[in-house]
Amino acid sequence: MFLLAAEEAAANSWLYDNAWLIPALPALSFLLIIFFGKRLPNKGAEIGIAAVSAAFILAVLTTFTWMGDIRASFDKKEEAQVLTVDGEEAIAVVLTAEEGEVRGAPIINEVEWFGIGTDANRTTLGTEANGHGQPAGGEGETHADEEGHAEEKAFSISIGTWVDGQSVMMLFVVTFISLLVHIYSTEYVKGDRRYTHYFAFLSLFTASMLFMVLSSSTLQLIVGWELVGVCSFGLIGHWWEEKDNSDAALKAFLTNRVGDIGLLIGMTILYFAAGQSFSIKTINEMAVAGDISKGTLQIAALCLMAAVMSKSGQFILHTWLPDAMAGPTPVSALIHAATMVVAGVYMIGRLYPVFFVGFGIAGGTINVMAFIGGLTCVGGGLLAFVQRDLKKVLAYSTVSQLGYMVLALGMGAYTAGLFHLFTHAFFKACLFLGAGSVSHACHHSFDMKADMGGLRKYMPTTFATFMIGTAALAGLPPLAGFWSKDEILVGAGVWPGTEGNGTYTIPFIFGMLTAAMTAAYMTRAVWLTFFGDYRGHEEPHESPPRITVPLVILAFMAVVVGFFNMPKQFVEALRLPSRFALAFEHWVEPAGVATFVSKEANKFTHAKPSLSLAVVATGLALGAGFLVWNYYKRLYAMDPKATEYTNGLASRIPLLATGHKVLENKYYLDHLYTGVIAGGTKGPLARAANWTNQNILDGVVNLVGVTSVSIGRFVYRYIDQGVVDGAVNASGSAASSFGQLLRGMQSGQVRQYATLLFGAATVMVAVFIFAV
Amino acid sequence: MFLNQFLFLAAILFCIGVYGVLTRKNGVLVLMSIELILNAVNINLVAFGAFHQHLSGQVFALFVIAVAAAEVGVGLAIVLLIYRNRRSINVAEANILKG
Repeated sequence: MFLLAAEEAAANSWLYDNAWLIPALPALSFLLIIFFGKRLPNKGAEIGIAAVSAAFILAVLTTFTWMGDIRASFDKKEEAQVLTVDGEEAIAVVLTAEEGEVRGAPIINEVEWFGIGTDANRTTLGTEANGHGQPAGGEGETHADEEGHAEEKAFSISIGTWVDGQSVMMLFVVTFISLLVHIYSTEYVKGDRRYTHYFAFLSLFTASMLFMVLSSSTLQLIVGWELVGVCSFGLIGHWWEEKDNSDAALKAFLTNRVGDIGLLIGMTILYFAAGQSFSIKTINEMAVAGDISKGTLQIAALCLMAAVMSKSGQFILHTWLPDAMAGPTPVSALIHAATMVVAGVYMIGRLYPVFFVGFGIAGGTINVMAFIGGLTCVGGGLLAFVQRDLKKVLAYSTVSQLGYMVLALGMGAYTAGLFHLFTHAFFKACLFLGAGSVSHACHHSFDMKADMGGLRKYMPTTFATFMIGTAALAGLPPLAGFWSKDEILVGAGVWPGTEGNGTYTIPFIFGMLTAAMTAAYMTRAVWLTFFGDYRGHEEPHESPPRITVPLVILAFMAVVVGFFNMPKQFVEALRLPSRFALAFEHWVEPAGVATFVSKEANKFTHAKPSLSLAVVATGLALGAGFLVWNYYKRLYAMDPKATEYTNGLASRIPLLATGHKVLENKYYLDHLYTGVIAGGTKGPLARAANWTNQNILDGVVNLVGVTSVSIGRFVYRYIDQGVVDGAVNASGSAASSFGQLLRGMQSGQVRQYATLLFGAATVMVAVFIFAV
Repeated sequence: MFLNQFLFLAAILFCIGVYGVLTRKNGVLVLMSIELILNAVNINLVAFGAFHQHLSGQVFALFVIAVAAAEVGVGLAIVLLIYRNRRSINVAEANILKG
């Protein structure tokens, strides 16, 4: 039985060991498109699609293998427990099952990237496969530590792949959505002047994201993190001829720099705290074991939170994300909704022990992460109400949902946060691509109030998929968003009978508010876009199949992915096989959490699902949606073309009017950043620079000038005229007088020469005779 | 053995030759003095060859005669050319290489 298992494992491990192929294929495709893309019949798009398809197939195979392995380990454990009752052989089985592997432990393959120092103990070049649960990474370092030979430790940095539930999940999501976006883009950016460049960047982005997802060390994570940032910059500014677009790209890049400082500092702290190790595994293990002090972890976690705030659009560094919608819509769907912006959330999950211990999530009531997440999901949701631009609504909705994920992770609801990441990727990509399809029909406008309305009659497929996406986002059962949102709310541990990691009352209230708001603003967006009368100029038309087919696929996913993590009670009530219960949790969770389940001080607890909470949350969402629906219905009855009351509540009540103004100005954050912070530093900085220029720099320059002139004079007078010229003249006259001296000998008289010759010969003969 | 006499003869001849080379102004006489020097050498070669009962001395003497003939040929040609150009064969006057 064990032999069979071993053989099976060997076959499976090919996929695990060669996971590097998944990012390598799009990277190769990037190079090919850049160099040869323009000469190909489809301008490089075919290479991108082929490479991403191959990566997708590999990712799917890896995902299924992983799911199979987890299932097998479950079966083995159950079998082992049954056998324990009987006899001696059974005990051996139990031991093997327990010793052999931690379920869902990451499979890490590392190759040395570069190293400095003695190579006596260093792990040599080449792939070193580590089995389940064995110590991975810098073997040299481990030896050195054990034997206490710190001076023998070679400084080596490895690059590798880390395959576990979390990364496999992301591999699937990234390749899946990237593939659909590639196909969609062939239609959407058709005829664009930088078509090839666009596809090259899509490939590079996919490669970078996969590279980051698979990173086994914090350094690799940083590299991937920055690479996706660069791609994001390039794609937001794809149409850089318009100043707004290049400004948005710059804003995204610069805002991310602010957070990246936090990332670098945090990772550096962790590097030194973990005994100079970049290995994520080492850092996590040490954080769990208490080898790193809680204070250090807290500071590191706070620094990393800054990075999460910028990359994952958390308050107050979210301002770049809505502006990033200046990029092409498929890019918004892929990068600024489904994949890149969740990098921060992914990083929290990857280093979860650091955050879990650092913020003291177990048994807490509020912490920085949960608070920022809560603030973001409410603040982003409110902003979504006042947007005219359909994509901006979705952008703020993304901000809000990212806040939800961070909120979940901040409350210790690890699976819930990552599950929301998973489901959100599908329905938000569906919504964005739907918005793109609408804009394709409405002559490239995203203005809901001016150019849309009543589109459901003109574009039924887009409408249907958009509705499914909306319902999933609003969290209506049984669509994807319902399951993940419900898990997050349960994870707060506030509702009676849920028992989470603590009692997160304030985050819970934020979460409930957001649940209601999400339904409300999405209802508004849907009404303005698809209901009422068409307000645009020309007749809109349904998009071609290369746009609608990805939409249908994503809508289908938005319906089904929620079923991957149904609560146990629900599965039992429906009499489904028990393997359907909490499947996602089993696939994804152990990687991050199994290592510290055992530790009492930081005990990780799962919350229990609650039917009443699900009913209340759904009721809130439906109620809020209904209110907004009613508002617009009455408005329509008054005037079919109207999009808002001319004399509504917001203009009559001063408090609401102020609130509306604050929201329209996006909480004045942009004013704060560009006006107060940038402007406030710009003036004094310029004056200081001018003063420095006039007094210090010019002074130095003048001083240097005057000094060089006088040095020059001195040099001319004494060194050049005296020493150099003197030497030249002296050597000339010496040669001349010596020549005069020798001149006498050159008489031209052959006889004189002959005399000298014979004289010399005589002397030589004398020397030979008398000296030898 | 009577080697000494030959060597004395050769030495005297050599000295006369050297004297002639150094003092004569006539180019042809200079060449003739050189011939004297070479013949002094020939006498030495032959004398040593006979003294050592070996033919190589005489063979070398033959070579020297041949080379001397060539040398005279070249030398007379030079003298002839100098004469043509300057209407004189006085070597003291041919001093255009004077520094």
